[in-house]
This record gives sequence, structure tokens and C-alpha cells, in this order.
Amino acid sequence: MSDSRAEAIPYHTLTDEEYEKTKKLLNRAPNATELAIFSAMWSEHCSYKSSKRYLARFPTKGEHVIHGPGENAGVVDIGDDWVAVFKIESHNHPSYIEPFQGAATGVGGILRDIFTMGARPVALLNSLRFGPLDIPKNRYLMEEVVAGIAGYGNCIGVPTLGGEIVFNEIYSKNPLVNVFCLGIAKKDEIVTAAAGGIGNPVIYVGSKTGRDGVHGATMASAELNEETEDRHTVQVGDPFTEKRLVEACLELIHSGTLVGIQDMGAAGLTSSATEMADRGDCGIEIDLEKIPLRDASITPEEIMISESQERMLLVAKKGCEAEVAAIFERWDLDVAAIGFVTDDHIFRVKKGNTLVAEIPVKALTAEAPLYDRPVKAPAFQDLLLGLQEEAIVEPRSYSETLLTLLGSPNFASKKWVYQQYDHMIQNNTVIPPGQGAAMIRLKGTNKALAMTTDGNSTYALLHPYFGGAIAVAEAARNLACVGAKPIGLTNCLNFGNPERPETMWSFGLAVEGMADACERLEIPVVSGNVSLYNETLGMGIYPTPVVGMVGLVDSAALIETPLTPGFKAPGEKIVLIGDTREELGGTAYLKIIHAQERGYPPNVDFGKEKSVHAVVVAAAEAGLLRSAQDCAEGGLLVALAECCLLSPSDVGAKLEIEPPSIRMDGFLFGESQSRIVVSVKTEDLVQLETLIAEEGLSSTLLGETGTASLVLSVKGRTRPLVSVSLEAMKDVYENGIACYFEDHRKNT
Amino acid sequence: MRFGIVVFPGSNCDFDCKYVTGDVLGEPTTFIWHRETKLPEIDVLIIPGGFSYGDYLRAGAIARFSPIMDAVIDFAEKGNPVVGICNGFQVLTEAGLLPGALLQNNSTKFICQWSSLRVESNQTQFTHLYQPEELIDLPIAHMDGNYYLDADAATELEKNDQIVFRYVSKTGETTASANPNGSVNHIAGICNKAGNVLGMMPHPERASDAVLGGIDGIRLFKSLQSPWGKS
Repeated sequence: MSDSRAEAIPYHTLTDEEYEKTKKLLNRAPNATELAIFSAMWSEHCSYKSSKRYLARFPTKGEHVIHGPGENAGVVDIGDDWVAVFKIESHNHPSYIEPFQGAATGVGGILRDIFTMGARPVALLNSLRFGPLDIPKNRYLMEEVVAGIAGYGNCIGVPTLGGEIVFNEIYSKNPLVNVFCLGIAKKDEIVTAAAGGIGNPVIYVGSKTGRDGVHGATMASAELNEETEDRHTVQVGDPFTEKRLVEACLELIHSGTLVGIQDMGAAGLTSSATEMADRGDCGIEIDLEKIPLRDASITPEEIMISESQERMLLVAKKGCEAEVAAIFERWDLDVAAIGFVTDDHIFRVKKGNTLVAEIPVKALTAEAPLYDRPVKAPAFQDLLLGLQEEAIVEPRSYSETLLTLLGSPNFASKKWVYQQYDHMIQNNTVIPPGQGAAMIRLKGTNKALAMTTDGNSTYALLHPYFGGAIAVAEAARNLACVGAKPIGLTNCLNFGNPERPETMWSFGLAVEGMADACERLEIPVVSGNVSLYNETLGMGIYPTPVVGMVGLVDSAALIETPLTPGFKAPGEKIVLIGDTREELGGTAYLKIIHAQERGYPPNVDFGKEKSVHAVVVAAAEAGLLRSAQDCAEGGLLVALAECCLLSPSDVGAKLEIEPPSIRMDGFLFGESQSRIVVSVKTEDLVQLETLIAEEGLSSTLLGETGTASLVLSVKGRTRPLVSVSLEAMKDVYENGIACYFEDHRKNT
Repeated sequence: MRFGIVVFPGSNCDFDCKYVTGDVLGEPTTFIWHRETKLPEIDVLIIPGGFSYGDYLRAGAIARFSPIMDAVIDFAEKGNPVVGICNGFQVLTEAGLLPGALLQNNSTKFICQWSSLRVESNQTQFTHLYQPEELIDLPIAHMDGNYYLDADAATELEKNDQIVFRYVSKTGETTASANPNGSVNHIAGICNKAGNVLGMMPHPERASDAVLGGIDGIRLFKSLQSPWGKS
């Protein structure tokens, strides 16, 4: 083997030190294919070399956790022999370069992570970040990303139940596309991605290998600039093939012929083969001549790191080759035995009789570099935290301010988006998108699973610890609002260039905040993904930790009549659970109305947070609640407006409050955590207040539900402080996003 | 009543249909693989929604060449009931069992929402349990649901009472905003002249279980379950 580092340059991204390390591990210089393999496996994307030391901080154990991080997805026991399998993953870089295919293949990839565990995918969510919609490029990116997600999910037949979309200037050059998938399986159907059984066949199934996505993992581990907008690094998705792959793989898993299976995701064949060998503590030998190819001219390096979609690698029991082949052939999918499991702990690649690469498995996994990158708080951090509240002028009209907030894309209805997603297929959707957490029932049980994605990057910019902690707290609060108890979370940590000390400073703090919140709220982290280098032309994103959380609803009544945010009927009592402090820092109000992203984000008291969730879940299970909505971005007044806007029967609210002891804008738009607005029938009020008092929490009776308007008066003032009709709110809320997409407007 | 559901590669509402006919109604229900050339002993055939063959070339255009289709056409021509839902409707038009074609929605976007419909004809074995001109809500979920046929053919359909469902507003009007995809004459579902083949874009199988938000679809399956003598 010759030292062909120069000719391998296109597929090589190792630093000089890393290159020296490969020589030491091999006792010789790596050849071109080996360099490509090392580059892919040691990329940030595959090795987590900058983030790994922080991730150890997450609590990953729990009574019900069957598989935590390290497998393709987390697995949690939900009782009655059922398990929930879920994970979130980023597809940020590809979605900026080619938004439709980038987003579509993101969905394809996360689906494979779920069914590779033996679970049938039952729900998709996403978490998206774009720049402002008045910039045409951002509209293009959003339209294509949404179409890509829809195109894949709709075709494969897994409902997309919404998620979250946030707009901020910082994402104009770095949109974020995080996709989440939930699957369910019977406990004994779960399989893992470990190779095993010396001599067992290694089998390739699915699409043929082409050049698409070559360099994908390394591309996703670097900053973008004009030159790196290489579309060939983005894979092309084929949901039709994936649909057949799901059915064939689930059939295979039930056939009893399988040892282990993994999808060929980032770094394709290389990562799937080495990771399976690593988990099984064995070696794997493959022959490139046996790989189904789209194009005979593709080189060994390209085969090894191609990220062509809809491919799986599996290890079957020896002697079962024909049975495995028959299953895939029935679904018109390629299937080829390409190698076998060995006992020498070496990843060996041949092309016929020629040796192409020979690397100890551990050199690619355990021996991958680990970095303890320098850490430094940004120079501007103190400036950001300084907020001169006295300079913030209170609104002259709270009604006008409310309408401005409701019409801004961050608050406006996301219907334009989710009506492009088939959110009803599989006949399980109990709470559809657009109402906080979404919920699906599990047929044949009295269980339902609620799910949500959350993250607030303004908080994370101002104080990464609270940005991380609040993402967890808010997700759990969203679940409590439908009566669900969290069973676990998955996270996607979107950050800038880890080689900048400021990035790793915020990364460390955000992880710390998330970990503390998880520990205190007793929610294990079961899977996740880190996306670094979200920078284009030197401009990084805000730290954007995103949480995907799943909760269990164990009550038939809450499935038959789900708890949702909208007010249900006039004449019912509206109660705010939790305390409101003067916390204007980092609020949406400050950003949208006063054009400032400054100040300390809200504090979070984990003990109180937990108590609030406990009260709401207990009240929901007791059948006391008619509606529940968390107070988050936009504060109390926006939460109340949303309860009116989401009312199935146009119910409004008439509220009367005591003059608050804090600034009025702080009271109405401040974003104090651990607050939930609920409505109850008058006769149930005492029982609810007893429950709240028993948990040691405070609550405020705000008023009553009423006719189609939102009116808020302050005792002692003659005229209402807020008075808006539901119609006026609907007008801005329903058009806030739709108005940017002209074609849509013409049709409505 | 024995139901059969054709499964093409890419069908994805097959399980949902089976859930309703098998689990909700308790009728024997069989999946029929597209490579079969003969139908099993069944009374009603459903061609479910989905993306058969990925909707490549044109929705339904490849599925119509599947080996099973000769048997499907034969079954229909003998007067047996055949229901095509969503992609199934597209397959039936491609196979020539129903007139017209389904073009891309005029919004050029996929649309998933509850739509109000008017039952235009309850004089079919699929709809006899609905009231005449009853207003119902069913989900739609499609990219290519824009039903097209030329003006003469449309008049012919109207004259023969072949329009089964029409998109209308909540109050039953055929307003422009009530037409989600641009279909000619607001058409959401039609039957053949003999009345034994129904094609519809809305999904009755998604509205057959109260917990999912509506049950206006279940009577379509129940109509097939119970005897109907055309008056």
C-alpha cells in the first residue's frame, strides 16, 4: 500500500496530528481508501470528538430505559410489553445547500434509525429555524424544507405531527432542520445494531450505491462557504424505496434470521460496518465487488463513504441467506451478501482478491480523537446580559401589542405548514398539530403517547445554562398540559464551530443546564445528536439546544376526550397556576416590540416546575380540567389569546386582575417559567385549588371564559386594558405566515 | 361481508382500511398482494390510499399495470363493489374503470385537512345509509386530487347521477374556498355508470372512530355491510 495522501485529498479532512495518529495506529501510512475511512469516522459528525466529554454529563438511566444513547435510538418500556423508540437528528447543512432533498433525507434517516431497532415508525416531528420571511431566500428555504419533509413523510405513510418553527435573523445563512421520529414495538421485537457470530454473513439491502452524499459526514463537520455549496454532497431521497425497506426489514426482524442491523447513514457503509463490529466486539470483512452499484466507475473510496439513501447493512444467521434474500426480493429490493463476521477485530475491505483497506475496528471507534477544546465566554456576554428596563417603554395599547405579537411568524398559526403534512395517517392521531404537544393513541391499549419539540435560542444566547434547562422544562410542561408524564427525552445540540472557545463555552453550559433539568425532573436522556459547525462565512448560529420529549398518557378518559389548550365553553373559570415575576430579559416581547435580545432569561426553579406538572397531570387525570396551556414565549397574555384562538367553538375570555406589583408589561408579556393556564367548570374550582395548595403552589383566578373576544380589566381602572375581538386576533394569527406565500393566499 | 384490500408497493392506507373493516366492523378482511393474478373469495374490494410505486410517472399510472389489475377489472365488470380511496381513486381512473383524471392540486401543495362534503347520491350501495344531501366531514390528504374531465363528460356524470360526493362549505354551499384542490364541479367522489365502482379522494377510513375526531366515514363501510335494494 502506498502513501497516497495527496491523491486522496478530496475525501480527506484529517489534521496533521490526526494523520500522524493514523500512522501510529496502523504502523504504516494509510492508503487513499483508508484515509477516506478515517476521515469519515473521525469526523465530528461520527466521532463526537469535541462534544463527547460533555455528553457524559446527561443522566441516561431510568427504571424504564431499555436502551439509552449508543444504539440507533433510545428504547423505553411503556408497560404491557410495549416499548417506545425515539430519536431526534439534525440535517442542517444539507438543508441549506439543497433544502428539499436535505430535509427529505433527514426524515428518511431518522425513520431508518427507528425501524432498524425493530420498531414501526408511528410519528414524526420536527424543529425548524429559518431567517425572517421578508427575505425571499428564506421563503424559498422554508417552502422547500417543508415540501421535502412532507414529500417523504406523506409518501412513506408516517404522520408528521408538527413540532416547532422559529424565525430569527441569525438563521438566514444557517437554517436548522431537526427531525424526530417515534416508533413502537413489542418488547421482544427490539433488535440492536451489533454484529456477532463468527462466519455469519454480512448482507447489504436496499438501494444501489451511487456517488450521492460522498463526503456528507465531513461536509456536515465543517463551516460552509460559497465553495462548499456542493450539491453532490447532498443525498437524494426515495421514500418509495424506504417504504418497501420498512416493510421488508420489519418482516425480516420477525423472521428470526437476524443477528443485528444498522442503517447506512452518515459515512455510509464505513460507519455501519465498523460500528456493528465495534458493538459486537468482532471484525468484519467485505468485498466491494459484491456491492450493488449504480455506476461501475465509482472508486473504492467513494463506495466506502457514499451516503446513498435507503440502504441497510445486516448480519444474519449463517444458513439463512436464502430466506433473507427472499424477503427483500419480494419487495423488489437489492440484496447481496457482501462479507462475513470475523474474529480478528479488523475491518477489512477487499475488491475481489485485492486488499483495499485493513484497519483495526477500535482504531476507528475507541481510538478516535477526543478533544478538550478551549473554553471562553464571549466578550459581548456581559453586554448582552445588561438590560436597562427603565428604558423599555410600556406599550400605549396592550391590545395593539398583543395583535402585533400574534401576527409575527413566531406566534402566528403554523397551519400553512402542517396542512402539507399528512398528520392523520395510521388512524392514531388524537391531538393533531398546532396545539402544543401532539398525541397518538396506541390501538388495543389504554395508552397514548404525547410528544413535543422545544428550544429557545434567545435564552441560550443570553445564558446557555438556562437555554438548556428551559428547553427541558418547557417540553415537560407541554406534555403535562395534555396530561402526559415524560418517559424520556432526546436532544439535538445545534452549535457553531467548536474550534472557537466561545462555542464550547456555550455548549458546556447548555449541556449542564439540560442535565440538571433532566436530573431534577427525573427524565432520562435516551438518544441524541450533536450538530456543530453551523456557521457560514464565519457567522455562527445562536446556541440552539433542542429537546424532543415523549410522555405517556395512561388514562382512557384522556384519550377519548383529550386535554387541549382551547377554551371549551363560556362561563368556566380561568386559573393561572404558578408565580409571575418581573422577567423581561430574553422575551419575545422585547425582541419583537423593542427589537432587543438582551437581559437575563427567566429563571427556572426545578422543584416548582415539577410540582406544577404534577398538579396539572393529577387534575387532568381526575377529569377536572377543560383546557390547559403553558405560559411560555409571549407570556400570560399570549397564552390566554392562544386559548381563545384554539377554541373549537370560538370561546373568548373576560378577565379581571388585581393591579400587579410588577411592571404591567412584565406581568402580561414576561416569560416566568413554571406557569400553566387552565380552565375548569365552576363546580370544580375548589377541588382544583385544593390540589394546587396541597402541592404548595400559588394560583390566581383570572376570570371566566366568555363570548368571542379577549377582555382584560385591571381592578380600579375604568376601561379595560386589553379588549380585542376573536375575529381581529384570528385575522393576524391565521395570516401571519400564510401572507408570505402568495400562491396560498390566492387559494383561500 | 368479506373485504379484500389490494396492496401495491407504496400503498400506505392499507392498514387503516383493514383496521376499520376488520377491527371496527369485525368483518373478515384480506390483504391481496399486487403480484397475485386471482382474487380470493371476497365480496367487496378496496384499493387503498398511498403512493403506489411512489407516484412515479403519474399517480396510479404504474399500479394499473400490476398483475392483480386484470382480476380487479374482471371483478368490477361482473358488478361487484369496488372502492378506490385517494390513490385508489387515481388507480381506478388510470385503469379506465372510472372516467376523468386527477391532476395536481391547484395550490401545488399537498393538503391534509378535514373537508366538508355533501352526499350527492345516497342511491348507491356505498352511501345508502346517508341522508340525501347530507353534510358530512371527512379528512382529505393528497397532492393530486384535482378531479378533471371535460365539460361534456362532466354533464354526462351529473345527468347519470354519478357524482357521489362534492366539496362544500360548512353550510353546504359550493363556494370557491370550499374546493380544496380545484376539482371540476367540486367533485370529491364519483361512481361508474353501473354504480358498483366508487372512487373518492376523501378518506372515510380516517373518520370511523370517534377518538380520531369524527365518524362520518363509518357509514360508507356499514352501507356495504348491510343490504340495499335500489328503489
